[in-house]
Amino acid sequence: MSVLTSTDAVPHQQLQNKEPWVKKSVLPGFGLSFGYSTLYASLLVFIPLAALIVKSFGLPLDQLWDVVSNKRALASYRLTFGASFIGALINLIFGFILAWVLVRYKFPGKRIVDAVVDLPFALPTAVAGIALTALYAPNGWIGQWFALFGIKIAYTWIGVTIALTFIGLPFVVRTVQPVLADLEAEVEEAAASLGASRWQTFTRVLLPALLPSLLTGFALAFARAIGEYGSVVFISGNMPYRTEITPLLIMTKLEQFDYAGAAALGSVMLLFSFILLLLINLLQHWSHKRTGG
Amino acid sequence: MAGSISNLGHNTAAKKNHSAGIRGIAKQSATSEARWIRWSLISIAMLFLALFLILPLVIVFTEAFAKGMGVYVAAITHPDAAAAIKLTLLAAAIAVPLNVVFGLAASWAIAKFQFKGKQIVITLIDLPFAVSPVVAGLIYMLLFGAQGLFGHWLMDHNVRIMFAVPGIVLATVFITFPFITRELIPLMQEQGKEQEEAAITLGANGWQMFFRVTLPSIKWALLYGIILCNARAMGEFGAVSVVSGKIRGQTNTMPLHIEILYNEYQFAAAFAVASLLALLALVTLVLKSALEWKAAREHEIAVLTAQAQ
Repeated sequence: MSVLTSTDAVPHQQLQNKEPWVKKSVLPGFGLSFGYSTLYASLLVFIPLAALIVKSFGLPLDQLWDVVSNKRALASYRLTFGASFIGALINLIFGFILAWVLVRYKFPGKRIVDAVVDLPFALPTAVAGIALTALYAPNGWIGQWFALFGIKIAYTWIGVTIALTFIGLPFVVRTVQPVLADLEAEVEEAAASLGASRWQTFTRVLLPALLPSLLTGFALAFARAIGEYGSVVFISGNMPYRTEITPLLIMTKLEQFDYAGAAALGSVMLLFSFILLLLINLLQHWSHKRTGG
Repeated sequence: MAGSISNLGHNTAAKKNHSAGIRGIAKQSATSEARWIRWSLISIAMLFLALFLILPLVIVFTEAFAKGMGVYVAAITHPDAAAAIKLTLLAAAIAVPLNVVFGLAASWAIAKFQFKGKQIVITLIDLPFAVSPVVAGLIYMLLFGAQGLFGHWLMDHNVRIMFAVPGIVLATVFITFPFITRELIPLMQEQGKEQEEAAITLGANGWQMFFRVTLPSIKWALLYGIILCNARAMGEFGAVSVVSGKIRGQTNTMPLHIEILYNEYQFAAAFAVASLLALLALVTLVLKSALEWKAAREHEIAVLTAQAQ
């Protein structure tokens, strides 16, 4: 409360004399807007997140270590990170092709295609989950063709990967698209007139310029996939050690009222989210430096 | 799909997205690909899209109507479904405005003022995007659950947060927390503060400046953020599933209701309710595209007027 009342009551002119970290401005409302947002964010996001970490250290250290490193937890990490990585990789390749086609070529229905790319952002994950399961189940539209060859997709790690590919699909497209559209045509023309083949221009001129945005898109898709729950639980079959992702393991612990265990696993996931977020920020910084140059 | 690719051949210029049409025409084929490469890339992209996006969307509607219109109508008018729809709308109606107010306040402070540690603040605001929905639900459980930090106090005072509407709203707020700031901060930073400074210098008070200068210039981006925020709020599953308790007709949101029906092998009914959310997603995409188009046009007009002066 003190944040709000102290900054709220004092006119911003005086506030700035007290707080040298904010630069003087004629615009009003810094105290109110900053104070309110800090209070709101702390109450709803930061204090609860801190409670998670505190709670997981409620366990003795050896038990804590066992919860986050026992066989079942390790198996869930392997699936979560492995499937997320493959999904992000698929999105890196096909997302790049999609972005390329949308920026460089003209074809009928392009605007609709461009809009549809964002479907995974707009479609609730539970809906995506049951739809993908229906498609890839052994008797589903796609699953039946694989079943002919004895390949199971739904209820295996492949199904998990497909769900994670779906939800990460827009990231690479949407990070690469604007960078590709802003590339100066002159650079490519120069490369071509200096005798570079189209492939050489692509690998030596275009790809290096697009690399930061490609990596950012990959990291975003990966980060989104790691935490994903809704689209995966339907298609995975949820077998411990085999098709159980880490968020589901947390859910299972909660249902068994093992709050400390759930908190410990949650903290591990939070740690990875935070590392990934920092990495993405660094990548974006690098990307801006490259393109803003 | 094949029809959309077939009449592509006559256009050789690799045209840029929306800008610089003239440059596109002037471009030589040296900076574009052979026809067969273009053709194959478009085919690959469309096939990927069809497989991963279009088919899931199509199957939702086919499965929803698989047992006929009667089952469909019965599924979406069932009292439990109606209660789930109501709760979903209620949660979004509370969570979205809360995040709009926060988004406006935070964007104003971040975009229009210089202070130390700004980059860290921006990163922290984005944190809920990176946190797993299940973890988002978990943190409120640890605070307000029966065994949680405030669990006993809440129980003594007969306040229910978990397995009740407040918990669902909290989880929804957390999940959609950064949506508005994401859209507003970059735009407001780009717009600068000259206009607001002029308004203040000419004697406007803070609220006049906000409602007459700031708000009109960010309205499309704000609406864009609201639409995305709302879609996510209504569709959230993981976080809400932790805190809801899944009591039929009481604390079930639409996505949770879908899960229950699906797990009871009532597939047609599950897909019927899912089709409503799929429709919401389609409406969201249409509105989003319309707003992008509108914003691009206004930007174009602004550039043209600036050039004319």
